[in-house]
Amino acid sequence: MLAYIIRRIVQSVLVMLAVALVSFALFRYVGDPITAMVGQETSLEDRAALRENLGLNDPFVVQFARFVGNAAQGEFGISYRLQQPVMELILSRLPATLELALISGLAAFVFGVGAGVYTALRRRGALSTAIMTLSLIGVSLPTFLIGVLLIWIFAVELQWLPSFGRGDTVVLPWGWETGFLTQSGRASLILPAITLGLYQMTLIMRLVRAEMLEVLRTDYIKFARARGLSNRAVHFGHALKNTLVPVITITGLQLGSIIAFAIITETVFQWPGVGALFINSVRVVDVPVMSAYLVLIALIFVVINLIVDLLYYAVDPRLRVERGGVRH
Amino acid sequence: MTKPLLSVRDLVVEFPTRRGTLRALDGVSFDIAPGEVLGMVGESGAGKSITGAAIIGLIEPPGRIAGGEVWLGDTRIDQLAPEAMRRLRGRRIGMVFQDPLTSLNPLYTIAQQLIETIRTHMDVSEKVARGRAVALLDRVGIPAAARRIDDYPHHFSGGMRQRVVIALALAAEPELVIADEPTTALDVSVQAQIIDVLKEICAERGAAVMLITHDMGVIAETADRVAVLYAGRMAEIGPVRDVILAARHPYTAGLMGSIPTLQHAADRLVQIPGAMPRLDAIPAGCAFNPRCPQVMDRCLSARPGLKPVAPNHAAACWLADTGVTHG
Repeated sequence: MLAYIIRRIVQSVLVMLAVALVSFALFRYVGDPITAMVGQETSLEDRAALRENLGLNDPFVVQFARFVGNAAQGEFGISYRLQQPVMELILSRLPATLELALISGLAAFVFGVGAGVYTALRRRGALSTAIMTLSLIGVSLPTFLIGVLLIWIFAVELQWLPSFGRGDTVVLPWGWETGFLTQSGRASLILPAITLGLYQMTLIMRLVRAEMLEVLRTDYIKFARARGLSNRAVHFGHALKNTLVPVITITGLQLGSIIAFAIITETVFQWPGVGALFINSVRVVDVPVMSAYLVLIALIFVVINLIVDLLYYAVDPRLRVERGGVRH
Repeated sequence: MTKPLLSVRDLVVEFPTRRGTLRALDGVSFDIAPGEVLGMVGESGAGKSITGAAIIGLIEPPGRIAGGEVWLGDTRIDQLAPEAMRRLRGRRIGMVFQDPLTSLNPLYTIAQQLIETIRTHMDVSEKVARGRAVALLDRVGIPAAARRIDDYPHHFSGGMRQRVVIALALAAEPELVIADEPTTALDVSVQAQIIDVLKEICAERGAAVMLITHDMGVIAETADRVAVLYAGRMAEIGPVRDVILAARHPYTAGLMGSIPTLQHAADRLVQIPGAMPRLDAIPAGCAFNPRCPQVMDRCLSARPGLKPVAPNHAAACWLADTGVTHG
């Protein structure tokens, strides 16, 4: 178990180094950083001196090592556009994105698993057919279109919910800016959360349904029925638990993509999160923010993957090899 | 004969398909007495497993019981409501499946699965149920049962898992155990042990056994009576000794001829020519007529019913009327 964790952590570090390399290359080769920093009238000598001062003439390996060292301490430099430390900028925007991702991920999981189980158990019911048909729409419509449609229906026509922004927020003592505590904050969260989570929900639902149908055909389910266990015990105790093993992986990975792809939703709803920050930075080639965002997203993916792999252990006893495998 | 524990009368099981309805079982009748071991043999697809599934009410949809009756004691069970049937499963009829490697839920310990089964049917505390579970495991021959009970299925070998499955099937002390090819998936060296355990433990508890198998050797050693199925119909049923030594149906005789024995060092094993017809192409008259060495005109048009040929012994063959035996 310990060896396994260590192996997985080493793998994670390697992945992060690879991403750091890409991120570093972005820094180094998308435009000349000196040109980005200095004004037009700076002399060539001054530029050369600055280049030397900033260590841009050092060998590639040295520069990369310095970049990794700084990144590990959360040091990504100063945003060209906003003239603030990048890490500060990202940290101030992160709560908005994380709250949005958390709510839409949670909703996607709960409704996805619920609808998946329901459609698997009532395969020919009218409601199941309706859910399956709707889910096709959820899978095939692009995110921005769903967002715009939702805004049109619920914000413009019905005027039930706000169409953009986060509403009022409250800053918690440790600096976390939350929208959960105010009425307008919660109302503002609904449409973006649906937009962001709909695709994941349909995906989880279809996965749960397919897995559940598969599991319901297995011998141990037949045997559980033959032992006279109640439908509830068979469906939720025996079938669902076996269904969840692959579902956990996909959901975990989806959580990563929810955070990463919040970019589109945040743009549609003018949600003040890191996704919107990234899009605005791309527009003006604000390289420090872009590379920091890249590293951050990679870090989130890697950490979630790690957690998912450890969750496997909790769910599936066959992976716990410390007991010495098959005994006779 | 004492009042039968299980009585199956003219059972018909059908599977509707796009190309018409298939009859997997066509008018099968037999009884099992309390504590009796009835062997059920036949080729793959003859309807052995379907018979077991029909009795315990677990035919996979769209298959359904289209006719006939199944009585367990004084209760007719083929038309019971799903909930009443569920209560009966495990409690009055237990079932052992073919493959012990896939019969147990891999995510639960043996203890969890046993205790769950016991407490579903009996109003006992967790602790009492656990005690019973350990005793059961001990009885089916799991060494160090008190310790092994908290292991997961993958910690056990195939033979040990089938012992666990038997313990699970018997956990609520059913009167009838349907064992569907319980040793087919196992190593030859442990097959005999598993059959012995099953037979002993059922005898101890007075449970009757319906032993589905295609291994005539197992039937000969274990069963009291044997039923031979062919293409969803009962070909012959009777005491094991009579059926083996004086088969009244040519198909049964063919089955017996295909068993190698040490006593008669035959050069070649007798083989029944041809194959069992598919369910959508069963010939008119006797289903066995295309392969029967003694086929007569009558067999091609009229279907023989199951008729008594000796005390306790019945066969569905026109020849049986004439007293011909196939020893």
